[in-house]
Amino acid sequence: MSTYGLYYGIKPVRRKGWSFGQIVLFLFLMGLAAFMMLPLVFVVVNALKPLDELLLFPPRFWVQRPTLSNFGDLLLATSATTVPFVRYIFNSVIVSVSVVVLTILIGSMAAYALSNKHKFPGQELFFVLVVSSLMFASEVTSIPRYLIVNKLGWIDHYWALIIPPLAGGYGVFLMKQFIDQVPREIIEAAIIDGASDWTIFWKLIMPGAQSAWATLGITQFVATWNDAFSALIFTRTEVMKTLPLMLQTVGGGSIARAGAGAAATFLMIFPPIIIFVFLQSRVVESMAYSGIKS
Amino acid sequence: MATASQVVERVGVRPAPGRIARLIEQMRKEKVAYLFLAPYAIVFFVFTILPVLTAIGLSFTYYNMLQPPKWIGLTNYRLLLLDDSVFLIGVKNTLYFAIIAGPVSFVACFLFAWLINMQKARKPLTLIFYAPSLVSGIAMGLIASYFLSGDRYGLLNDFLIRIGAISTPIQFLRDARLIMPFIILVQLYMSLGNGFLVNIAGLQNVDKTLYEAAALDGVGTKLQEMWYITVPLMKPQLLFNAVMAIVSSFNVFGIALAMVGLPSWQYAGHTIVAHMYDYAFIRFSLGYASAVAVILFIFTFTLNRIVMRILSTRGDY
Repeated sequence: MSTYGLYYGIKPVRRKGWSFGQIVLFLFLMGLAAFMMLPLVFVVVNALKPLDELLLFPPRFWVQRPTLSNFGDLLLATSATTVPFVRYIFNSVIVSVSVVVLTILIGSMAAYALSNKHKFPGQELFFVLVVSSLMFASEVTSIPRYLIVNKLGWIDHYWALIIPPLAGGYGVFLMKQFIDQVPREIIEAAIIDGASDWTIFWKLIMPGAQSAWATLGITQFVATWNDAFSALIFTRTEVMKTLPLMLQTVGGGSIARAGAGAAATFLMIFPPIIIFVFLQSRVVESMAYSGIKS
Repeated sequence: MATASQVVERVGVRPAPGRIARLIEQMRKEKVAYLFLAPYAIVFFVFTILPVLTAIGLSFTYYNMLQPPKWIGLTNYRLLLLDDSVFLIGVKNTLYFAIIAGPVSFVACFLFAWLINMQKARKPLTLIFYAPSLVSGIAMGLIASYFLSGDRYGLLNDFLIRIGAISTPIQFLRDARLIMPFIILVQLYMSLGNGFLVNIAGLQNVDKTLYEAAALDGVGTKLQEMWYITVPLMKPQLLFNAVMAIVSSFNVFGIALAMVGLPSWQYAGHTIVAHMYDYAFIRFSLGYASAVAVILFIFTFTLNRIVMRILSTRGDY
């Protein structure tokens, strides 16, 4: 019996050939996968289109005469700005990485406190507040939030781009759901061995919930990396602007910049893909303690 | 599991004399939990609770962001519920959207994650199915217009004309009856991402030895395995995705804006959040927009409680 069959509980007999149902399912998934890849293909193809093909009417999906001139245009457009291009990349990386790391850290710590591993007065109320906060539309809270950031004197500082995103309820809710699943027995065993909460958190909870925080890392990175709105309202000077905001101004302006815009969109999707591939192995990795039972 | 003092608290029995002391004792025992919670609690209070309370307060005022807010009591709510026919269109469209897109995306997120997790090529497939979420909304809007363009150059119209189903192109995004169905389709396509990924992660938590044990107990087919083992074990993730599906389907706006604009043709794509956006950022009437947000919150919260009642036997999250 192969480990694969054992892993999924598939009867070893089936491994010899594919049943009709499996083939249909596989073809269905492949067709759907091709459909899901359209936006990605579109972004790549568009970046390679010369300007006349980009502005062609009727529009054509595929590129006829691929060229790299759009990237030259982008370089030209960005070199005209007062601040070197690297500065925007630097800002975006600093902000996105900080938000991801801090969201995972303080979100997981809060989720551990709120999980079924603890029981304290106010715990349930706090959790209900966190989940309920997800239901209040951010459109109307963005202005009060701006006023608070302004009062704190954070306008045009990294703090304004890093700290407010940490207040969302998504990460805490997600982490709590997974931490609840970490078997109580191994925590109790660790407590008997005299481990502190801090040790339990780092040695048992975080490894146990790694698929959860890797997932959170991916979604949070994608959201922060593409977020132009925060930088738009919280920054004043050019040196503090982030990449998506800067690229919006480059690509969005005139028709002549359409090529630069397509190249910019292409470059923007790479960091999220890299982060995805980097963290994905943790998402799909099985838990270290699977098999431990009460 | 609730402790004795919490049972007392829930039942509403008058506190015994020693209850406060016991409460303090319990808090002292769990002081580490409060420390773990503290960093998030501070940020959550300053950047979520305070803005929400401010918005609730503003919903009772007239506030144009230039002059200080003026208290007008329940006027905003009265106007909104009794006199604003456009808001009611928004409510109708949002409910239409939520009733279809919410459950469909919830089930699709689970089924695709379950199917892909069984494949050998699950890593590349996960990336591919998550791909639409990686691409920004602007690019998605462009792709949607390639497909749904109202002239015969739109890919869908071109296809339908070629197979002879229609003779003149259909104005997909200019036809009041077709706008919502197409918004739902595009939104479903885009919304697979996060819930799908959460399910993929959750599937790794399912103890594989349980499948073997169940096989010995006579659980034969994959579908039985999914229904009797996978679904119960994934309850925390499924509850999470249910809440997020409700939240995101009631907050539908971004994709509708990119596809049909604001205001949309005959308000056919007008949603509650579109209404709120209109009043907050175009008419600068923040008090009124806040009242819309409060009503939306009440909707979402109520529906959420009902769905949780149905999904969870415990009645809480």
